[in-house]
Amino acid sequence: MSSDLVQVRTGVYHDSVSLMRVSQAVTALPGVEVAVVAMATGLNLGITAELGFELPPAGPADLLVAVRAADPGAADLAAAELDRLLSGLAARTRGPAAAEHPPRTVRAAARLVDAPGAAGTGGGAPTDSAGTDDGRRGAPGGAALVLVSVPGPYAFAEAMDALDAGLSVMIFSDNVPVEQEVLLKRRAGELGLLVMGPDCGTAVVGGAGLGFANVLRPGPVGVVAASGTGAQQVTCLLDLAGVGTGHVLGVGGRDLSAEVGGLSTLRALEALDADPATELIVLISKPPAPGVADAVRQAAGKLSTPVVTAFLGPGRDDLTAAAESVLRALGIEPPAWPSWPAAGEADETGEAGWTGAAVNAGGPGANGNAGPPGAHGGGGAVVPESGDAVSARGLRGIYSGGTLCTEARLVAGTGEFTDYGDDEYTRGRAHPMIDPALRLEALAAVPPGDVALLDVVLGHGADPDPSARLAPAITAAVSRGVPVVVALVGTEGDPQGLAAQGRALSAAGARVFASNAQAARYAARLAGAPVPVRSTR
Amino acid sequence: MTLPMLSGEPQVITAGADLLGEALDAQAVPRVRVDWRPPMPGTEDHLARVLADPRRAAANARAAGRLTSARPRLVAVRPAHEVLDLPPGTFLHAGPPIEWERASGPMRGALIGAMLLEGLASDAQEAERLLAAGRARLDSCHHHRTVGPMAGVVSPSMWMFEVHDAEHGGTAYCSLNEGLGKVLRYGAYGPEVIGRLRWMGEVLGPVLRATLELTGPLDLRSLIAQALQMGDELHNRNRAATSLLVRELAPAVVEAAPGHAAEVLRFAGGNDHFFLNPGMAACKVSADAARGIPGSTMIVAMARNGTDFGVQVSGLGDRWFTGPAGVPDGLYLGAYGPADANPDIGDSTITETAGLGGFAMAAAPAIVRFVGGDVSEAVAATRSMYEITLAEHPAYQIPGLGFRGTPVGVDVTLVARTGLLPTVNTGIAGRVAGTGQVGAGLVSPPASAFTAALAALADAAPMG
Repeated sequence: MSSDLVQVRTGVYHDSVSLMRVSQAVTALPGVEVAVVAMATGLNLGITAELGFELPPAGPADLLVAVRAADPGAADLAAAELDRLLSGLAARTRGPAAAEHPPRTVRAAARLVDAPGAAGTGGGAPTDSAGTDDGRRGAPGGAALVLVSVPGPYAFAEAMDALDAGLSVMIFSDNVPVEQEVLLKRRAGELGLLVMGPDCGTAVVGGAGLGFANVLRPGPVGVVAASGTGAQQVTCLLDLAGVGTGHVLGVGGRDLSAEVGGLSTLRALEALDADPATELIVLISKPPAPGVADAVRQAAGKLSTPVVTAFLGPGRDDLTAAAESVLRALGIEPPAWPSWPAAGEADETGEAGWTGAAVNAGGPGANGNAGPPGAHGGGGAVVPESGDAVSARGLRGIYSGGTLCTEARLVAGTGEFTDYGDDEYTRGRAHPMIDPALRLEALAAVPPGDVALLDVVLGHGADPDPSARLAPAITAAVSRGVPVVVALVGTEGDPQGLAAQGRALSAAGARVFASNAQAARYAARLAGAPVPVRSTR
Repeated sequence: MTLPMLSGEPQVITAGADLLGEALDAQAVPRVRVDWRPPMPGTEDHLARVLADPRRAAANARAAGRLTSARPRLVAVRPAHEVLDLPPGTFLHAGPPIEWERASGPMRGALIGAMLLEGLASDAQEAERLLAAGRARLDSCHHHRTVGPMAGVVSPSMWMFEVHDAEHGGTAYCSLNEGLGKVLRYGAYGPEVIGRLRWMGEVLGPVLRATLELTGPLDLRSLIAQALQMGDELHNRNRAATSLLVRELAPAVVEAAPGHAAEVLRFAGGNDHFFLNPGMAACKVSADAARGIPGSTMIVAMARNGTDFGVQVSGLGDRWFTGPAGVPDGLYLGAYGPADANPDIGDSTITETAGLGGFAMAAAPAIVRFVGGDVSEAVAATRSMYEITLAEHPAYQIPGLGFRGTPVGVDVTLVARTGLLPTVNTGIAGRVAGTGQVGAGLVSPPASAFTAALAALADAAPMG
């Protein structure tokens, strides 16, 4: 026999939605068949009467409670729970503790850049009452730009948002289809903006390092780079020579291809030319497609700022030579590039780092022309002469930077080189500048007698202490009879510190060079290879 | 040509790998972090095609501009047969087009009621038999510049609010609201339902017509703007707007029809949702102003027929893109529960289409329990809609958000990119024909309607 509980509570008001919730909660109690907790409006009285409850007179200002339970005990329990729920409603005072709601697209984020300080503050939202929001509001925020590093197939949307909002964009992502790249760059051209990338690993804009970026002293040099690690090597060497860099504008490895036609290179050259703080422009790239090379050369010739071009390739300057050309163009004699002897090497001064040994790899040729044959004695006394008693042995280049890898292969002219920063090794894992695991495996697999050549790239975004994991592996390799040579690309200002890393790596048994070309040359000689003389072009 | 980013303090928006963002933090470079997530599955290629469409940015600016600059005014109340192409035996209904076989309980109930109202059947059984035999012609309200709440059934003798857009010249219609409980729009067709509709045709409609002839056009844009600041979101809460409307009309009602003034005002003032219908017509005329702009990816209609949820897109003409209508997650009247609920139904999502309703939840603290019970959740619901909309409404503002304009103009591409579906507030109709309203709550549209629209936009985008 079921038991009905009917109450009319006067002077109690709750909104109907809250009460529907209470009704649901009470209905869900064991032994309760149906519960109506509602203001006693005509509608609610009718619904309750249809359920067969006997109702006393009541009006819309009264709270109606009607519970049908399996037995009086269950009805009493329901009434007690009801009281608890209703008092809970009255005491409900959870404030508007709105959680932070970060923007979900670059489009939404660009609105926050418009109104600095408005980001993420509850209630202090931008009150831009412009009716439409088509994103074209001139150049908001002046120095604002967008860094996109989402997976390649999705990068286009975010980059397009940036352009739509009047912002330049760096696309760190790789695997972006070339037709999308062309489209973005054309649109950027129409809007007077710059697209850096895709697959742009490094940029420095107004002192901010984006992607893998070294901490460079500010200065008069502006760099346009279709090669990330190439730009890092050149700017780091300039930094070591006391020359600062204002901006490094990456353009992506495909920019100077025939399909893209140098759209961003031309735009970046123009922008640096217009930048009053840039006194010298350095253009770093793999050799461009022929027609593109002409266009770039022509454009460079029209600029009022001098341009030093470094197109890397067989028979051309290496990066170190390019840096030296820049220095000479600025009237500065290139210094000896730092190197650190491997621990236990007898012929060093004992003062590790900054040895000042004459490691003049560049030769005297000014204006980017290489010096006379044989002027590449990098490493001085410690460099084994080629054709030594040592019979030729294998050279394994284990690289994280694509351009550094290519440069080392060209300089060494021998050996087996692998770029672990290439797409095929980075799918589903971090870049080797962040996670050295694959390179450590490769180093451990070098057979005794062979020479190992590695690059270690410092700067923001890279492993905060690369020597920590490399050092034991280097020591193990050396003790197995594998000489280890390291090209250490970085500056003293980098978070890791160039000298500290150089010392640590050399203490572990590696021969360390700040110049990748010198490192490659040294390693090739260790391997007994006849190192080709750098071409005079 | 100079590049703005090369001068001044850098400020960076980051989307993607956190490591790169943290590197900027380490340099103390101010940045805005995008909480990026992959788009809806399978949309990458379509997105790339649509986003590359050179017409898109300007087309969307124009669409959003037209939607938000519309100036809806209530100009008249007239019988449907006078203003709509609605010969006897033809009925309009809510949502995308549907035939009797696929119609849900409340849609069938409302059609039965309309047959009875029009005198085309003597009882419900006969009406049902005739409808099942295809003896009535059905068409979507949206095809006739019309919207209708819930079942949205319009028959020739019903009276309509006529709303005119003083900015762009469009006109839209919506029926008169019957009140709550057992009403035709929720699929009820009992004698009290038909009796009320007859009274609305004989008394309410003519009195309102005469009233508006005295008052002249009524500025609904301004009325809606005021109601938002008084705690309405204009879909599930219309209490302030109804009060404002009644206040505007009352003196003229008395002047126009002293004999009926009391019953008319009692009826209008006693129904908190009386304004829903002119409000919907205001939203419809605004959204219609944004139709037919090639390349625009903006939604100009969201509507449900109780079986399908459909959307229309500015750049794609009158095509519907549909998915199955969901069952609202709601709170129930009396002893009703989820098992009694019909799938989502009604044209009232025209309010969300125009930036009101669920999109303006933050304006309506009184009904926040629909969205989880907490004011902060209502604010979150509104805030998230800024992610998928093209504009902020210049007149419809939310006091609690610093008078920020409501998010308006849903962009199909942003829905696909963020996976955020429009937030819709709604009433819940009973599943069985004749039941009426059983609750109210929140419903998510089917993602497939938006991905289908995106695919069609990709097809329509110029190649290369």
